Amino acid sequence: MTNSVSEIRNASCFFVIGSNTTATHPVIGRQINAAVRGGAKLIVADPRETMLCRIADVWLRHQPGTDVALLNAMARVIIEEKLLDTSFIKERCDGFEAFEETVMAWDLSQAEEITGVPIKKISEAARMYASVSPATILYAMGITQHSHGTDNVKAVANLALLTGHIGKPSTGVNPLRGQNNVQGACDMGALPNVFTGYQKVEDPEIRKKFEEAWGCRLSSSPGLVLTEFFEAIHSGKVKALYLIGENPVLTEADTGFIEEAISRLELLVVQDVFLTETAQLADVVLPAASFAEKDGTFTNTERRVQRVRKAIEPVGNTRPDWMILCEIAQDMGAKGFDFESPEQIMEEIRTLTPIYGGITYERIDGVGLQWPCPDTKHPGTPYLYGERFTTPSGRGQITPISYSSPAEVTNHEYPLILTTRRSTFHYHGTLSRKVAGLNALRSEEQLEINPVDAAALEIEDGESVKVISRRGTVLAKTKISKITPPGVVSMTFHYAETRTNILTHAALDPVAKIPEFKVCAVKIEREIDYSTEYWGWGTGKD
Amino acid sequence: MTNDKRQMTNNKQPMTNNTTVTINGLDVKVPEGATILEAAHIAGIYIPTLCYCPGLTSEGTCRICLVKIENKKRLHPACRTPVKDGMVVITDDPEIERLRRVTLELILSDHDFNCLLCPKSGTCRLQELVNRIGFDEQRLNRLNWVAKDLPIDTSNPFFDFNPNKCIQCGICVRTCREISGVDAIAMGYRGYDLKVSTFGDKSLKESVCVSCGECVERCPVGALVPKNIQYPTREVKTTCVYCGVGCGLYLGVRGNSIVRARGDCENPVNRGELCVRGRFGYGFVHSPDRLSSPLVRAYDPLERTAHGMDETGRPGKPLTAPLVKREGRFVEVNWEQAIKYVSSTLVHYKGDEFAAVSSAKCTNEENYLFQKFVRAVMQTNNIDHCARL
Repeated sequence: MTNSVSEIRNASCFFVIGSNTTATHPVIGRQINAAVRGGAKLIVADPRETMLCRIADVWLRHQPGTDVALLNAMARVIIEEKLLDTSFIKERCDGFEAFEETVMAWDLSQAEEITGVPIKKISEAARMYASVSPATILYAMGITQHSHGTDNVKAVANLALLTGHIGKPSTGVNPLRGQNNVQGACDMGALPNVFTGYQKVEDPEIRKKFEEAWGCRLSSSPGLVLTEFFEAIHSGKVKALYLIGENPVLTEADTGFIEEAISRLELLVVQDVFLTETAQLADVVLPAASFAEKDGTFTNTERRVQRVRKAIEPVGNTRPDWMILCEIAQDMGAKGFDFESPEQIMEEIRTLTPIYGGITYERIDGVGLQWPCPDTKHPGTPYLYGERFTTPSGRGQITPISYSSPAEVTNHEYPLILTTRRSTFHYHGTLSRKVAGLNALRSEEQLEINPVDAAALEIEDGESVKVISRRGTVLAKTKISKITPPGVVSMTFHYAETRTNILTHAALDPVAKIPEFKVCAVKIEREIDYSTEYWGWGTGKD
Repeated sequence: MTNDKRQMTNNKQPMTNNTTVTINGLDVKVPEGATILEAAHIAGIYIPTLCYCPGLTSEGTCRICLVKIENKKRLHPACRTPVKDGMVVITDDPEIERLRRVTLELILSDHDFNCLLCPKSGTCRLQELVNRIGFDEQRLNRLNWVAKDLPIDTSNPFFDFNPNKCIQCGICVRTCREISGVDAIAMGYRGYDLKVSTFGDKSLKESVCVSCGECVERCPVGALVPKNIQYPTREVKTTCVYCGVGCGLYLGVRGNSIVRARGDCENPVNRGELCVRGRFGYGFVHSPDRLSSPLVRAYDPLERTAHGMDETGRPGKPLTAPLVKREGRFVEVNWEQAIKYVSSTLVHYKGDEFAAVSSAKCTNEENYLFQKFVRAVMQTNNIDHCARL
């Protein structure tokens, strides 16, 4: 997030796109709610009728996967009606002319046709976002999990740059990060192309710094990304895989392929809290301690590094992950793994990571600190890009983006679009499914389907149906509701019993390598086919 | 509210104490627009309240905080009467005392008294008021002291709603509307039958309630209480493990188990609030499905030597010999064996034949250590985590 969570309540206009905030990030969702009750404007763009849609001033119900068309159309309205922040563009941005050219070539009626949103609504949303300040954009996986996710993000950023809605308190572009420490995992360099603090592995200077600190030679070529791992495993390039707290059999797209790849591994080590679906396929399973049994830090979506403290002794014969890793590394004869506490590890992180330079356990004891925090006197950074952007020139890039359709479109055989979502009561599933109460609240998959489609397929509410995509079939109970528009069905991916990701499409975004979870073509069949099975009298035949 | 006005309220100037009120003869300087109750808090004067809850709008339904204002005929609820410059307020005198006692007696007259068995006992606001204000037993008896006998809603897996203990203060209703924004509950029925109800008077589980438990946290009496409540012996400040918001929370520990989670009011992210996962989702820590010992799929050649070997499915048995794979079976090993197994095997896969997936559920320190291990020891950059999923 470019801004802080506590700034949200002070914004006067929200543009929420591709985020079911009240379900996935409830505490942030509540702040939007409170601000809207206090008079702030709310624009929601979502194919599904999320809770926020009900209190929104404008709800843009676009077709899944048409975000770029929608955002470009909004940009065109902003340019046409001269709602731009011209001084901001002049002083701080590059690329406006090229952008203007592509966007003005883009016809609004074309956008209406593609997105299914009336021009009037698009214009209203654009005017509202451009003219009310402070205005903030919140987005989540609904923007990123597409085969053109990077384009979507850039299109979102363009809107903020055009209107100058960035780099001020309560004003910015705020991706809501998913897992509790996904921000921290990225910051710590658990990525194939960067060391800690996004320092590139290709940079010889930086490599030298790490080689000296760690006392070893380091590879200069970026590694594979997670979504490419399984291709490499399948083709035999990668033979050993070490997973910590990850369950790709449930969470990756096209899981049938993933399972086949895993079966070809020579060695699979899984370190987890539970014997997950993936751990069941492992050669070695190492039991890890949970968050309540160890010390450390998490970095949240607003870049705040906060303490995690040990509340209880490790359950059973488990050990904290850091301890296990230290022991394995030392057993392999490696130097520099003789840590006695997470605090010592943080001291090492601090010396190698400029953005974490001022983060010590002592300083973050109370409420944490938001990076960038380069030294121990720095108070942390509540919002980013106040002075300059993190581009080489320090200027914001307005990038021309053209719309491309999702990788998989519906056809006669697979007429419905499946889009995945999260439930309020579960997170990814490994943890929340083990909580009896949360399970009681939502114990099984619900396939949301519009009454129009349900009537056409003669499906009843609560009936078990087969959901079929080009990659596989799962069974799910239906929930007939107007939450999803006609032609779109929606499922979660929390349930090992209903592996939704067997259906999803592994088409990757070319830059971010993120799979297209949000759009895949499916068809739905009744589990019992009444037209072929004989049900007593009255079939009307013979 | 127009946009300009809103912006003005956003950029709040530091409040100046420019209004003077006299409470019980004490002069107090308070900011403009403060209520009498807030002024009294500043002056350090106690006014009993029941339906007042900081952070929510005040409705003044309980009539416990009534105070006298000079030159005004009626008594006014302190929680929703704003102060005016020069206002003279009296918070206690025999007349106010008497009125409060009668009001309290009316609330008590249909309250389900079994304080000894009530989990709220000791922290109950009604108990506190009874001790402060007192009641006249004879009069209470005359009020036909009958407890209601309404069914208890136990449908929610995390908390129960006992309407017999409810005092209709409306804090839960306001919480659901103003804090959670869900509007799952409201006051239903009329007169004596007035009660907190969901849409269509269905059970909480069938309603749109998201089980966030904010109302449970704020209920002043024993009407909304967590199931299987256990008070912790100590609390540990930590950060929630579910989503990226990173709410600060206190885990209540009793023995070696977690019995409660509550929001950290000082944390700037959540300011004491939590969602259903954060407040009630800690149960996985003590799940019987937790892995308790390292497991190895050992391979056939070893099987001949495998005496006394234990298989999974019978947890808790100590393992005495190296382990052996049988198709689809794991065997428990001790940590030394497991570490040895992993380190001695990994040696053969150094370089780009190796790949590692770190976890967005682990701490920063563990992620750092893992990427260091992969890069420095395994000599590859094939490390990633679930940021894309």
